[in-house]
Amino acid sequence: MIWNESKECMSRDELQALQSKRLVKTVNRVYHNVEYYRKRMQKEGIEPGDIRGIEDLSKLPYTTKDDLRETYPFGLFAAPQSEIVRIHASSGTTGKATVVGYTRKDIDIWAECVARALTQAGVTRDDTVQVAYGYGLFTGGLGAHYGAEYLGARVVPQSTGNTKKLVTMMKDFGVTAIACTPSYLLHIAELLEEMGEIDNIKLKAAVCGAEPWTDNMRRQIEEKLHINAFDIYGLSEVMGPGVACDCQYHKGLHVYEDHFLPEIISPETLLPVGENETGELVFTTLTKEGLPLIRYRTKDLTSIHYDQCECGRTLARISRFTGRTDDMLIIRGVNVFPSQIESALLEMAGTTPHYLMIVDRVGNLDTLEVQVEVEERFFSDEIKELESLTKKISHVLQNAIGLAVKVKLVEPRTIERSMGKAVHVIDNRKLV
Amino acid sequence: MFIKQLSVFIENREGRLEEVLEALKREQVNIVSLSLADTSEYGVLRMIVSNPEGGKEALKAGGFSAMLTDVLAVKLSHRVGYLQELLGAICRAGINIEYMYALSTGTDDASIVLKASDLAKAEAVLRQDGVEIFTNTDLAKMS
Repeated sequence: MIWNESKECMSRDELQALQSKRLVKTVNRVYHNVEYYRKRMQKEGIEPGDIRGIEDLSKLPYTTKDDLRETYPFGLFAAPQSEIVRIHASSGTTGKATVVGYTRKDIDIWAECVARALTQAGVTRDDTVQVAYGYGLFTGGLGAHYGAEYLGARVVPQSTGNTKKLVTMMKDFGVTAIACTPSYLLHIAELLEEMGEIDNIKLKAAVCGAEPWTDNMRRQIEEKLHINAFDIYGLSEVMGPGVACDCQYHKGLHVYEDHFLPEIISPETLLPVGENETGELVFTTLTKEGLPLIRYRTKDLTSIHYDQCECGRTLARISRFTGRTDDMLIIRGVNVFPSQIESALLEMAGTTPHYLMIVDRVGNLDTLEVQVEVEERFFSDEIKELESLTKKISHVLQNAIGLAVKVKLVEPRTIERSMGKAVHVIDNRKLV
Repeated sequence: MFIKQLSVFIENREGRLEEVLEALKREQVNIVSLSLADTSEYGVLRMIVSNPEGGKEALKAGGFSAMLTDVLAVKLSHRVGYLQELLGAICRAGINIEYMYALSTGTDDASIVLKASDLAKAEAVLRQDGVEIFTNTDLAKMS
């Protein structure tokens, strides 16, 4: 099944003509409505008239997360506040959130993109979809929710937290599809096994995203739960989940190119690389009104493929992600930068103590432990003081990154320094 | 008169305690008494030593977090209920005892080391009761 055949199966020529038309419109929109973009373009000597189609894309400057931070909160919005109907935010690298805004039309297009992804996963209006992403400022929950509703399915807005309740409802409501992170789904599968309920559920499909996973993990999920699992990709800056999703042939994620124009560039030279070559994924939004972004650098590393897929879609496919160009970690679907930990500790202690983040996966759930060296100024001969220090640090870190953090006090000079520079992250998660 | 207690942070790892003791031994610092307060992940070793300043420097040089704290070393007589009476007096004065451990003096008397929320006030209360308080000089003699 294909949700929007006229768009998803367009010929390359037709698609490029549509992309060109939409790109010109978007460039005009940001030039006239966003001072930051206008100044940037003027500085580079570019006028909207210079962009006649996608062949002129490389004339345009890149946008980065720094630009969003500099214009916090609404500086890159291209629609009047009265037209913005939704705001989401994700944690930034230095405490300032990355804020995104949507007009009514943006929300509709987002819902359609998610509906396309769900359709790729075989979900129809006859299904009951449990959305087990977090609801709130994070785009995962509401993004999947609106898409499933748009499709006409019954939505159970489960959110995350009480897995036992989730499993009970999955069984009692006859849930047939679920949207959540892949590691959470493995956790759910284990609980189902434990409760002996794995044969009593009607689940047939899962749309998983918000964190990196492998084909092996997909097969593990599929075998454990006797379902088909699909990889959905997105990022809040560009829209949220539903920028791309794989189909039953699992040969990469189809990018909804009529709305998001992908490029792969070399993170070093910033020049586009060829088809099938790995580089940094860059998106230009083609229809967004609230927050259109020109050549936004995702920092995700992948390659792009234009050969025709057996499913009939002509949309380009991006490969599973091989990493990032920065040090961002994804822990339980939450983006975490070591610099966030650093600045929170700095704020709390005046100077940054040596610290080490240890990320692990226990029973399919990610854990984060932060070890902090007990320098003389933190040390007390009273256990209760040390305990309250531990609590204070974990509270400060939890506020900074929005994740529960286990803090462990360690002796000074025990965290390894390599080349005079501290190693700040040990990721013990094995994605196999 | 307060005495200096040497405290050091130790992770619950094999061999750490021994390394602390070795650092002290190297500097010829003698331990008169000690108490180890532990949690599941770390402990605090509190010691009365012959040379608190030297001990602290030795531990710092060994890469440990160490500190000196004022505590009271109190001489007790061997009599049932004596400690309870002393603590009763401290309690009535509204002073909280943070921790306490036995001090070995090498004589027949029993002695304790204690840290209180208000050490000066605790000392005054005890002195009022005629209790003998050790000085740093007394301790130097013991070690």
